[in-house]
Amino acid sequence: MVAAVDKLAVGAHYGARDWLAQRVTAIVMTLYTMLIALIVLWNGGLDYATWKAMFASGAFRVATFLFMASLLFHAWVGVRNILMDYAKPTSLRLTLQVVVVCVLVAYAGWTAQVLWGHA
Amino acid sequence: MAAIERPVAKRRPIYLNLLAIRQPLPAIVSILHRISGALLFAVGIPLLLWFVQTSLASTQGFDAAFGPLSSWFGKLVLLALAWAYIHHVLAGLRHLALDLHIGADLAPARVASAIVMVIAVLLTLIVAVRLW
Repeated sequence: MVAAVDKLAVGAHYGARDWLAQRVTAIVMTLYTMLIALIVLWNGGLDYATWKAMFASGAFRVATFLFMASLLFHAWVGVRNILMDYAKPTSLRLTLQVVVVCVLVAYAGWTAQVLWGHA
Repeated sequence: MAAIERPVAKRRPIYLNLLAIRQPLPAIVSILHRISGALLFAVGIPLLLWFVQTSLASTQGFDAAFGPLSSWFGKLVLLALAWAYIHHVLAGLRHLALDLHIGADLAPARVASAIVMVIAVLLTLIVAVRLW
């Protein structure tokens, strides 16, 4: 007999999707981090002209956006896991989850503004 | 049957004082992975966005973005975030290895945990040397 799973609205939805997403986003971020580290080491530091030229490239902006999107989704899965462990009352957990989602969406808007706001 | 019968309500010690239990090394790496992640979410992301925005604005902005690093507090914040990022990435790579069943046995798990801790601290020290 299969035991019924009590699915919570504030739970993890018991899927492999987030588990996989957490790993894919981690790899994307690691690769981007290595790219930045290589650029900085290659240039022996960072000056304004180089920095500005990097962000003038459309490909670099897209790569940066991919990094930030990965970061924000990764942060959602991670912070939600923390809340599931420590914020026990459903009302508290839901409230905190809503706050976290709002903060992350705001970060996403900020990211778009930084990358394409003054283009 | 009689041979496997045991007292049902055998009282076992409940001892979950987290500060008194000696945590194994992988557990320490794990809780630091969690703490560093929370720190990066709450402090790291907004500071990163502020830094990129300010530094791209103008030459003056570029200098202003590095301004906080002239103070002790600014250096300390960056150092904490640098450690958090490095530890989080390394502990995460250990997780990916575990998913591939690499280093999942007890002895390799301890060695890998020690490597994560040590390399994270060493790389953070390099950042500290560059900062001061």
